[in-house]
Amino acid sequence: MWSYLLRRLVQAALVVAVMAAIVFFGVNVIGNPVDILINPEFDQEEMARAIKALGLDKPLHEQFFYFVKNALQGDLGISFVFGEPALKLIIQRMPATLELAFASLFLSMVLGVPLGMYAGLKPESKASKTLMAGSILGFSLPTFWVGIMMIMLFAVMLGWLPATGRGDTTDLFGVQVSFLTWDGLTHLALPAINLALTNISLVMRLARAGCKEAALQDYVKFARAKGMSEQRIVLKHILKNIMIPVVTVLGLEFGSLIAFSVVTETVFSWPGMGKLIIESIQVLDRPIIVAYLMMTVLMFVTINLLVDLTYSLLDPRVRLGGAGK
Amino acid sequence: MSVDSKIEALPIEAAPPERAEHPFRRFAGQFCHSPVAVVGLIVLAAIILVALFAPWISPQNPYDLGQIDVLDARLAPGDTDFTGEKVYLLGTDDQGRDMLSAIFYGLRISLTVGVISGLIALSIGAAIGLLAAFYGGRVDAFIMRIVDLQLSFPAILIALMLLAALGRGVDKTMIALVAVQWAYYARTVRGTALVERQKEYISAATCLGLGRARIIFRHMLPNVVAPLIVVGAVQTASAISLEATLSFLGIGLPVTEPSLGLLIANGFEYMLTGKYWISVFPGLALLVTIVSINLVGDQLRDVLNPRLSR
Repeated sequence: MWSYLLRRLVQAALVVAVMAAIVFFGVNVIGNPVDILINPEFDQEEMARAIKALGLDKPLHEQFFYFVKNALQGDLGISFVFGEPALKLIIQRMPATLELAFASLFLSMVLGVPLGMYAGLKPESKASKTLMAGSILGFSLPTFWVGIMMIMLFAVMLGWLPATGRGDTTDLFGVQVSFLTWDGLTHLALPAINLALTNISLVMRLARAGCKEAALQDYVKFARAKGMSEQRIVLKHILKNIMIPVVTVLGLEFGSLIAFSVVTETVFSWPGMGKLIIESIQVLDRPIIVAYLMMTVLMFVTINLLVDLTYSLLDPRVRLGGAGK
Repeated sequence: MSVDSKIEALPIEAAPPERAEHPFRRFAGQFCHSPVAVVGLIVLAAIILVALFAPWISPQNPYDLGQIDVLDARLAPGDTDFTGEKVYLLGTDDQGRDMLSAIFYGLRISLTVGVISGLIALSIGAAIGLLAAFYGGRVDAFIMRIVDLQLSFPAILIALMLLAALGRGVDKTMIALVAVQWAYYARTVRGTALVERQKEYISAATCLGLGRARIIFRHMLPNVVAPLIVVGAVQTASAISLEATLSFLGIGLPVTEPSLGLLIANGFEYMLTGKYWISVFPGLALLVTIVSINLVGDQLRDVLNPRLSR
């Protein structure tokens, strides 16, 4: 187990290092940092001084070394627009994004599982067929377009829910959250559903497939034979068994939710880090771009690592198979 | 005489069913089993025709400043222009552009970018996948490690990363789309090619002393085309969708190339004041395009997958 853990940790660190190199060279080689970081109004002498101050006169590998050294100390540069450390700005915006992502995860679970189970238990009914057709739309429709339609329908035409912002927030363990106030909840509803749509469809399909499969298993037949009520069979036996793939997939999808929140946050003006990165790309605020990308990569690698480790704890074949090669 | 005619009659009788079994006709027949897919194909064909002939069938050239008038800005669908002569079927945008024409031109740009980057990604991905399957061993392990690593990150994050470094532009958006998509093609082709590689005709070709390039591209490639087409359809739809998303976010195509995503973004500001048509109609065009490609792709998968048909 320990050697497996160590190997996975080394792999994860390697991925982060490769990503850091790609991000660094992407920003510094493909784009010319002099054009972006330095005021074009400067004269020759001022420009030379600025280049020196930013370390841009040094060879590339030395620059990369400094970038890594600073990054390890949590220094990813100062935002040009806000004049504050980029990492601090990202971390400030992170709770809003995480709240949105967790809300979507919750919705995918509480909507996707029951709907999928219904479609699996009554595959021939009209409602099931409609649900499954709807889930195809959930996969193929672009998130931003669905978001716009939701704003048009629920905010502009019906006026039920607000379309932009976070609403009132309350302090929970030092973090500002929306879901504890009614106003915050109404603001959270549309963006959370929008972000969750793909995953609701995904969970629905998983739950339906799992349900169809479980219904044929011996333990379900046995439960039925001993006269257990249908409700109890579904809730105690089938539900438990379909939760394993659902939880795994949702765990892996959490990273995608963070990435796709870029779109949802822009549509609904949700003040998270996704909205910040889009605004920063538009004004070429490179330190924020680098900080965002590094944080997201770190998050992804951590999630993948945790899922892998959980797997290897549950299923020893994973780590043994890996060690055999 | 009677014997002769009998002998002659035999091959003639045997011929017609063989002609009916022509692969393309069989394929077309199977495709038409699903009426939904046929509708999808017809709609898709119409969309492609509209995109191809946009300059000739549009009521106006929306990007010729001589043909648009700011006085006509933000007219509702069905309104006439200020002279009362011209009718704007789908309304106008904030510049006084006819939305119908803008959508035709937008479809042209969206489809071009999606299809071209799809074809480039397909060629690169297929070549890499074939190489991985053919050479196996370390080459295969190295390529698949990269593919797996890339596929563990969502497409939008990779596109975001590239566009943040490259900036906005048609070529840059296409680079991002290719970079996002090649891995799907590579994985699909490699999987199929690995199976094909074990088959006898490849051994036969090797024994005949044919060159590696010839074996890979003349013998293996034709046999991995079917899954490639299916993945190609799905990926083209997602490329168009991703391009629209990136353009909507303002980091994809430049404002000089108004694809559907940009049209939707332009209309989004007016949505909150109830002027829905500037955003909704381009969105519907995008939607119909994506759904029709997916319908056709779904049916292609069912028809081309031998496991399902037998």
